[in-house]
Amino acid sequence: MSLTLGHFLTVGAILFALSVIGIFLNRKNLIVLLMAIELMLLAVNMNFVAFSHYLGDMHGQVFVFFILTVAAAESAIGLAILVLLFRNRSSISVEELNTLKG
Amino acid sequence: MDYQTGFFYLFAAVLLFAAFRVITSRNPVHAVLYLMLAFSQAAALWLILKAEFLGLTLVLVYLGAVMVLFLFVVMMLDIRIEGDRWTFWQHFPLAAVIGAVVAAEIAAVMWVGFPSIASSAPAVASDVSNTKALGILLYTEYLYPIQVAAVILLVAMITAIALTLRQRKDSKAINPGDQVRVRAADRLVVVPMAVTQKAAEAAPTPEEGKA
Repeated sequence: MSLTLGHFLTVGAILFALSVIGIFLNRKNLIVLLMAIELMLLAVNMNFVAFSHYLGDMHGQVFVFFILTVAAAESAIGLAILVLLFRNRSSISVEELNTLKG
Repeated sequence: MDYQTGFFYLFAAVLLFAAFRVITSRNPVHAVLYLMLAFSQAAALWLILKAEFLGLTLVLVYLGAVMVLFLFVVMMLDIRIEGDRWTFWQHFPLAAVIGAVVAAEIAAVMWVGFPSIASSAPAVASDVSNTKALGILLYTEYLYPIQVAAVILLVAMITAIALTLRQRKDSKAINPGDQVRVRAADRLVVVPMAVTQKAAEAAPTPEEGKA
């Protein structure tokens, strides 16, 4: 039994579902939410690379390259905001961020 | 089952275990370390998929830079580790339901839309390496997007510095804008005076003092 596209898509799907669960579980900790977002991006990238390999198209890998770029920028800015938040509120709990009362 | 499939199952199992530990570990430092493990396993899976450049980029950029950034921030923030896990289990039913729904949706779409494609057409000609093929594509067809990506990285860098910059109270730094805008009149004041000046009153001589 050789590897098929379905194997990799399954791994990507489970990874994505796990990170969605993680976003719902960790309300106390904004930094774990950022990590869950990184895992989601990894799942999407996994699908891109798998399709790129099995359909014989390099453009998928180029897209992964750009996703990695944007994800790095996103995590840098997100962590900067996190540091600023901790400096001002001395807490990074999502449940305490209710100043706007939305 | 060839050895490639065996390695796939090994890497996938470790990847999913590490992802599970990322979202459930109590200590954020452990979460970051498990996330590093997950990324390394994903890089190995990408090597199986013959995406060598992206696999190595994931190791270098993600494990080497982004995860270290995460680790720095986690250790700098000094987060109190919550003793009770009540809120965790409070959110668990909702999380499980939503996770199951997401997994079912993705599985439905994937299995219906993409029945097992096993015949892997080679993405690149055999005489060109993966890195070279990606580079050719990046610098011809995707030249404009790669410039935009560079600008995004620059903006991210400036934003991160600007957000976390803390002005020290005792800093003697000079504002460069004011420095450039200064003119001669601000520095040197010409006081109009008479051309000549009377000699100053002679200091009282000792004789006058006597008189």
